[in-house]
Amino acid sequence: MPSVYIVKPGLLTTVQDRGRWGSQSLGVSVSGPMDSYSHRLANAIAGNDVGAATLEVTLSGPELEFDDTRTVAVTGAEFELTVDRRPVAMRSALDVSDGSVLRFGRRIRGTRAYVAISGGITTPSTLGSRSTHLPSAMGGLDGRALRAEDRLPLGEPLQSLRPFRQSRTVESSSTWMLPDGRATLRVLPGPQLDRFVRIAWDVLQSAPYVVGSDSNRIGYRLVGPSLETPGKLDLISDATPLGVLQVPPSGQPILLMADRQTTGGYPKIAAVISADVSVAGQLGPGDTVRFVACSTREALSALIAQERSLMAASRS
Amino acid sequence: MSTFQIVPVGDATMVVEFEERIDPAVNARAIAAAEALRAAAIAGVRDVVPTYRSVAVYYDPLLTDYERLVWRLKDAITAPAPAARVEHVRIRVPVCYGEDFGPDLPEIAKFARASEAEVIELHTSRTYRVFMLGFMPGFAYMGLVDSRIAVPRRETPRVRVPAGSVCVAGVQTSVHPVEAPSGWHLIGRTPVRPFDPSRRDPFLMKPADEVEFFAIDRDEFDRLDRAQASS
Repeated sequence: MPSVYIVKPGLLTTVQDRGRWGSQSLGVSVSGPMDSYSHRLANAIAGNDVGAATLEVTLSGPELEFDDTRTVAVTGAEFELTVDRRPVAMRSALDVSDGSVLRFGRRIRGTRAYVAISGGITTPSTLGSRSTHLPSAMGGLDGRALRAEDRLPLGEPLQSLRPFRQSRTVESSSTWMLPDGRATLRVLPGPQLDRFVRIAWDVLQSAPYVVGSDSNRIGYRLVGPSLETPGKLDLISDATPLGVLQVPPSGQPILLMADRQTTGGYPKIAAVISADVSVAGQLGPGDTVRFVACSTREALSALIAQERSLMAASRS
Repeated sequence: MSTFQIVPVGDATMVVEFEERIDPAVNARAIAAAEALRAAAIAGVRDVVPTYRSVAVYYDPLLTDYERLVWRLKDAITAPAPAARVEHVRIRVPVCYGEDFGPDLPEIAKFARASEAEVIELHTSRTYRVFMLGFMPGFAYMGLVDSRIAVPRRETPRVRVPAGSVCVAGVQTSVHPVEAPSGWHLIGRTPVRPFDPSRRDPFLMKPADEVEFFAIDRDEFDRLDRAQASS
């Protein structure tokens, strides 16, 4: 079976597809890509179905060897890349064949890159998804990050989709801006905003927060202006959607990301809009983030703009 | 059907909220609403998640619009389709209480001003309802534990709690599906696994199920544990 061989794994490289939807009521986390826009763009350029699994690369990239003729696309965080030692571009269709080596070099900006390979990665599916969830060791390859000498099976490329020519590079959507150490994320009011002191909503938007060092795929611990509640709250745990800002008694918010638990008991002051969660996925420890209120209408327009750019990428 | 309100959480989730209390009757309404929403098979809905007193509905905002979805949710909850039945089963869980399996049993006995045997008696004398699952795959939040043994959770969580640990935190009780950190009090261990991906149905306990615990001795635990390992 055609496969991709992991020569070097990089810092934290995992298999991700759209996520494990449909089992949250049984305590199963959704997981999936931290930057779903870039994950989908990679699939669109490589000529894959939207459901195909890609590799999520973190901060330092892998070295991959192929044993078959495939189209590969790398999106998301900006890296220097080579195929067989020749520099190649991000966001373009790269032709590889038996023996080709894709090597990640220096990272320029952003935190996570996505590698899509035509045909997709076809590690076994668990509860309807191939996404790796590290805390419960589910999905991907044995539920873990990739290691040197791992080999991942590849599916049959879709013949109906004609990938890009190698020379063309796709533009990203104007609503997905790769952060260079800082980002502005648009938020909608959270379901427990009324449990906070009245000025908390303004405090949240008053100054930047720093992404803490103990931040990962589960969530980002943010350090910045304190978000206060009057007295101790005794909330009953309920669902914790992607992009929600929950606030423990310390007053320092936690931005919930892909590997978050399905439920939680801290009050939720705000929710980052879907389009900007993909931008949040490009933040890493030490980066700064500002929150700015927006409308539901603006949230939807931003998502539609991203969708249009993905459709354009898969049509060309 | 009781009163509920629908609250948006960001642009891709809505939460149907019932009365804010931990109560089997409120939880039954939430679970029934979740079943009604699943049976309605509303286009664009990606996941339906009942909790103690609410139901989260995750949707794709590109496939459904907010106003229309609110209307469909109200409709499905107030007039559920006949197929929307809540199935539940009764599960009996053998537990070897105390000693190294239940290092917090003496502390709970002290809290209850009772003997360890009386604490075990109190824990095994009730039928618990599975209110919801969360925290990790297969982790069931069950209650309500007798108030005499409802010790608040530990100040300092344990870094590692073995799979099968039977634990108590306030009026809640649960069984650890896999090894994980936990701030709950450990009172015993069961050879039963609430989550096993190799089983045809990996999940032993589901929302609305009824769970009873019964005491077994160490020999019986070892025998059941070996039988499970070899199957």
